[in-house]
Amino acid sequence: MSQSERMTRRNLLAGIGAGAALLPIPAFSLTNAGAKKLVDSLVADINRVIASGKSEAAMIREFERIFARYADVPTIARYALGVDARRASAAQINAFTAAFKGYISRKYGKRFREFIGGKIVVERVFVEKTYHVVRSTAYLRGESPFIIDFMVSDRSGRDLFFNTKIEGVNMLLTERTEIGAMLDRRRGDIDALIADLRRAG
Amino acid sequence: MKLSKITPFLAVIVTAGCSTPGPGDAPDGIHDPYEASNRRVHAFNQTVDRRVFGGGGERAAPRPNRFREGVTENISNFSDNFATPGYVVNQVLQGDLGGATVNTLRFAVNSTLGFAGLADVAADLGVTGSKTDFGETLHVWGAPEGAYHVLPILGPSTERDTAGSVVDLFTNPLGYVLDPPEKYSGTAAKLVSRAAKRRQYGDTVDSVLHDSADSYAQTRLIYLQNRRFELGQDVPGDNVDPYEELYGSADVSE
Repeated sequence: MSQSERMTRRNLLAGIGAGAALLPIPAFSLTNAGAKKLVDSLVADINRVIASGKSEAAMIREFERIFARYADVPTIARYALGVDARRASAAQINAFTAAFKGYISRKYGKRFREFIGGKIVVERVFVEKTYHVVRSTAYLRGESPFIIDFMVSDRSGRDLFFNTKIEGVNMLLTERTEIGAMLDRRRGDIDALIADLRRAG
Repeated sequence: MKLSKITPFLAVIVTAGCSTPGPGDAPDGIHDPYEASNRRVHAFNQTVDRRVFGGGGERAAPRPNRFREGVTENISNFSDNFATPGYVVNQVLQGDLGGATVNTLRFAVNSTLGFAGLADVAADLGVTGSKTDFGETLHVWGAPEGAYHVLPILGPSTERDTAGSVVDLFTNPLGYVLDPPEKYSGTAAKLVSRAAKRRQYGDTVDSVLHDSADSYAQTRLIYLQNRRFELGQDVPGDNVDPYEELYGSADVSE
């Protein structure tokens, strides 16, 4: 084995060591209680909006405010954009995230009308992979109760939810499929996608 | 009568032939080898929805109408109650005796105190049942899900669920003890209650079926996730951790 080869190997090992030191230490400080507290507060806000019986436009505004406060919007947006996020510029990511926030608020905010007269009740918390799942049940008028799960993590630096499942239907996967289809329709033009997204939902 | 006796066995044979994805063929949990023909049926179903329910068009918000809502709820209860003996048969086949007992009790209470099922008295008493079908029975028996299917009018399904729906034409004992036209009252009530649901959830259905950039892909994903959730199936790629994908894995040892 030549000297240079050995050096290379040593450099490589040193590099790995340095890299490991730079890895963020997973501060898995979020507890079940913390995750539940976040969702309790989120659900209380949602129930307040449902009970207010406001106009659709007002409910959408309320939902946007709730979404911005309790959800890790940049992560959700980036996930929805998928692999295309890697070739997007920082400016495009920012514009996309803002447009995505409005789109989600309109899309989900509109459905609040179906929730009028109903309520959501938080049931229990469990750990899945690296995050917490807060399970809740929605009781709507004239409907069988259905399950809404909120996935909560503190990896953004704050306790925020990054996904929801309604009777198993996963928001992250659904939106990745939808955004992917919108981007395909624009033949991969991210700026055109952002313009479409500002009107969609 | 003869046909109905052998249908369950036929279904088992059919599902034994359910196509399953090869290793690595469906990493996202979607096995859709018939996509081209499925898309054609999906387009047909969209057209039907547009013509029959005015789907995709501008619609006024449904005005609250207590009378219509009340009648709709009664019909939906009736349809549910009518289907309950079929749930019981399937639950027995699944070995779910607890579920079968609860549904038997519900059927007894609602058929009598609930005016032939028009009112869901059992639910008011705190006895809520669970719905099931032969597709679930096949799942419990170990049949694979098979490929994704889109059926004309009926919509999304899987090979296993399609086989199950055929069997369920025969699993309801009421179909054998009642004479026409009572025999068909369950089916009629089901159609009415379906139409009412379509109206009630107009916007939500529209957003998936007509507003989506690729309504076929959206419907497929939503159907499969929801169906697997109902059956308590593990969904490949469903427990998404976006932090792991976007920012690298965190070695969190619990």
